[in-house]
Amino acid sequence: MKCSDFLKELTDYLDNTMDAHTKAELEEHLQWCHNCYVVCNTTKSTIEIYRDSKLYELPDELRSRIHSAIVTKCRCHKSSLESVGSPNELPAKKTSEQEPSR
Amino acid sequence: METIENKVAEPPSEESILVEAARSGDIGAFESLVRRYDRSVFRIAQHITQNREDAEDVVQDAFLKAYQNLGQFQGQSKFYTWLVRIAVNEALMRLRRRRPERTVSIDEDIKTDEDSMPREIADWSPNPEQLYTQAELKDLLGKTIQGLPPSFRTVFVLRDVEGLSTEETASALELSVPAVKSRLLRARLQLRERLNKYFKRRDGDTRP
Repeated sequence: MKCSDFLKELTDYLDNTMDAHTKAELEEHLQWCHNCYVVCNTTKSTIEIYRDSKLYELPDELRSRIHSAIVTKCRCHKSSLESVGSPNELPAKKTSEQEPSR
Repeated sequence: METIENKVAEPPSEESILVEAARSGDIGAFESLVRRYDRSVFRIAQHITQNREDAEDVVQDAFLKAYQNLGQFQGQSKFYTWLVRIAVNEALMRLRRRRPERTVSIDEDIKTDEDSMPREIADWSPNPEQLYTQAELKDLLGKTIQGLPPSFRTVFVLRDVEGLSTEETASALELSVPAVKSRLLRARLQLRERLNKYFKRRDGDTRP
């Protein structure tokens, strides 16, 4: 197995989504190829570091503000459906974007 | 002995009960869904837009759009996967507005194999994240992922940070499974390469 072949399989290897035969071949390659061993380990660490990083946590204060805004907008939408002809109840902001997604 | 006749239909999940209640107009039930997924939608939105105000708007708009379109949710995928699809579309739309000069698309693919080939092979320090304070680490991780094309960092955040399966990621992004795997591999390798300079073992680092 060449290093380029190992790299192609790296994602499936790290995710453990491959058949036993291919996995054994990759592990045999790792036994003697120090470069692939290092790339494999450091890629695994990259994933773990991002997963555990708590990057972009939602602060409690902002969370409360967002919740209130969402609930208010949902109530407005609900009342606009219940009382026909009351467009003023809809929030003024972003009404043009309220089309269904795709 | 268990027979086919003895098998009963799986009870509806708590999530599907909440979705059904919200569909009938129960805003309290929808609020429970918001509480369940808002942190995740915010992280995804900020990873894609790289802008906190945009991320805040994406969370609001994605949940509102989900509420307005609950009638269209068929229940064939998980509610969360459906919600993520809406949030990703909203986030990409905001990114396009902010960068009209650049093509921003989830279909964007960078076709060179070289871009992900490891150039620097170096062992990292043991527990490399401990080389930095929490604030420094967040800063360098944020800057590093910002350098990736939007289509790569979107796949990475859904798959590796939020823990969606490859199939769920493909469904949320309307991509094929091979396309998700290809972007994920390159995203992982590019991030690894960029993190080398912060985490590689220094001279004199004698720890095992």
